[in-house]
Amino acid sequence: MSIIENHETVGTPFCSNPKLSARDVGVFYGDKQAIFDVSLDIGSNEVIALIGPSGCGKSTFLRSLNRMNDTIDICRVTGEILLDGENIYDPKVDVVPLRATVGMVFQKPNPFPKSIYDNISYGPRIHGLASSRVDLDEIVERSLQRAGLWTEVKDRLHSPGTGLSGGQQQRLCIARTIAVEPEVILMDEPCSALDPIATAKIEELIDELRENYTIAIVTHSMQQAARVSQRTAYFHLGQLIEVNNTDMVFTTPEHQLTEAYITGRFG
Amino acid sequence: MTYSTLLIAVLIALGGAYLLGRNRARTLSSQGIKMHSLATHYGALVALWTTLPPLLILLLWALLEPRVIDLILTAQLPDSIRAGGEAEIRLALSKVYNLANDSDLMGQQGLLGPVAEHLQALQARVTLLRGGVIMSLLLLGGALTWRRIQPDLRARSEVEGIVRILLFASSAIAVLTTLGILASVLFESILFFQKVPVTEFLFGTSWSPQVALRADQSGSSGSFGAVPLFTGTLLISAIAMAIAVPVGLMAAIYLSEYATPRVRQLAKPALEVLAGIPTVVYGFFAALTVAPVIRGLGESMGLEVSSESALAAGLVMGIMIIPFVSSLSDDVINAVPQSLRDGSYGLGATRSETIRQVVIPAALPGIVGAVMLAVSRAIGETMIVAMAAGLAANLTANPLDSVTTVTVQIVTLLVGDQEFDSPKTLAAFALGLVLFVVTLALNYVALKIVQKYREQYD
Repeated sequence: MSIIENHETVGTPFCSNPKLSARDVGVFYGDKQAIFDVSLDIGSNEVIALIGPSGCGKSTFLRSLNRMNDTIDICRVTGEILLDGENIYDPKVDVVPLRATVGMVFQKPNPFPKSIYDNISYGPRIHGLASSRVDLDEIVERSLQRAGLWTEVKDRLHSPGTGLSGGQQQRLCIARTIAVEPEVILMDEPCSALDPIATAKIEELIDELRENYTIAIVTHSMQQAARVSQRTAYFHLGQLIEVNNTDMVFTTPEHQLTEAYITGRFG
Repeated sequence: MTYSTLLIAVLIALGGAYLLGRNRARTLSSQGIKMHSLATHYGALVALWTTLPPLLILLLWALLEPRVIDLILTAQLPDSIRAGGEAEIRLALSKVYNLANDSDLMGQQGLLGPVAEHLQALQARVTLLRGGVIMSLLLLGGALTWRRIQPDLRARSEVEGIVRILLFASSAIAVLTTLGILASVLFESILFFQKVPVTEFLFGTSWSPQVALRADQSGSSGSFGAVPLFTGTLLISAIAMAIAVPVGLMAAIYLSEYATPRVRQLAKPALEVLAGIPTVVYGFFAALTVAPVIRGLGESMGLEVSSESALAAGLVMGIMIIPFVSSLSDDVINAVPQSLRDGSYGLGATRSETIRQVVIPAALPGIVGAVMLAVSRAIGETMIVAMAAGLAANLTANPLDSVTTVTVQIVTLLVGDQEFDSPKTLAAFALGLVLFVVTLALNYVALKIVQKYREQYD
């Protein structure tokens, strides 16, 4: 299979109240192009799921939304990504506040080798969000509560974060991201290393977080996409094939590639 | 046959036996017989059984032959010599060997002539016997194993069993050598502590190991308080670590976090070249270049600087140790998972915040391990301090003074004429024991820390 010539994304890639808008985004690793002309809006307070077969560029696209790709030397991004109307790839933009506004949760839980408390307070400390110890305590408690972890860890805040179970570690990482008060949270297959019960908890959490945050989640599980998201974007070989309401994508997909993928003919 | 011819014969037998064994197995399996193992396993089995027993016998032979011959010859020495005791017998025996092996001397037959002639005959017979035994072992082992090649012979398991024993023997050699060294140092140290009390050695503050060798010699009675040596070692090691740890660590951080792959590719080996410079070169660099510069600088500031200062030796040793710290730290920093860095960047941390607060704490146990190994290297370092730090056992904390170290004193104690039962010589073993124990303890602690670190991420 190769990329489709003169492809236009089908469905409804744009929306009326976009938080993030990608316009003609291309991503290159050296000479190799990984993403082709993707244009997509991510609306305020919605959960959008990015699905597609392995290597289709969905993670690469996600990482370009808060310039995490900058840490890879050979990676180059073209086009525009607007956060509240401002291009985040503008040379004047500083990535530090950008990444605080657009937080990220990774595939494998990656707590720092510090205590639970220090894991959460790390972000607020480096951004100077707390003026006193009391403030910091409050941020830690609030973040852990929002991530649904507070009751489980409140008696051992100073034991190492690496000692938690996988699911708890991932919720710790979500709490850590919430602690810097982002507006958008990017999640790169956040449940792929977790068991079904821990996965269910994270999915529940995502649904609650939607009230306050805009969330983009990459997932390999179509059931998960169906459970947590309002819109679903289907990527194929670096192209955005189809974007539609999640119900529609899974019941009446417009594009034949989407249909082939969700009915399990490849992927 | 001489040992070298025998060894060559064994090597040839090794190849031959392998081919014979393999071919027999192949022939069998080409006749449609299902063999238990691959043909190469049968070849290896025949080769092992052909060569290992003769090699083992040869080794034992080489160890035992001189002793047995000595015993036989001693019995034949004239009574007058045997009555003279151990030393006289040894002297006579070495004369016998000289007579027997040098045709020019054979003419001067004296008292020992008949013994020497007997030795010649004995040597000829022994050589013949040795050749015969080894060759027949080769043939016997090869033939017996070759005949054992049958479809149900479990050649693979047998070969693997033998290889396992060989591997065990190799590791046992390393361990036994360490134990042997430790035992000899310990034994001599005990002799030393019979002459000098342990408490005086460990807590005495005066070091002056000169003792009179002969009764008519004027010399001090010797005092063996090793504290000045310990403090000298500590002072120089501390100076060295004060240079090596910050510089090495920062070099490691630059190389692993900031340098482009190109720079890293060039800079890392270049830094490791420092570790390849012979320490004697560092030694004269310290003594002839650094020490005079420090002396000049110090004097221009009105300080009194000894021409052989602890500072010069410590500085140069610190430079020598930089690659130890940087190379090991670089490895552990690289072993910190990228996901931790991503997590930190994802929260909006800058590169330096990430390094200071996430990467270094995660790598800290490994870095501590690297530093510990560097410390034990600094304590054991000899050549630089021998050339640049001086010999005066001063009890001082002033880096501009000249001090001496444990290693330097070991060298000076063992250079030149000495008696092996004088406390002066034996003191070297006691110092060696202290050095051994300290570096062993440091290495042990370092390894434990590194292990603990590994458990966290693997």
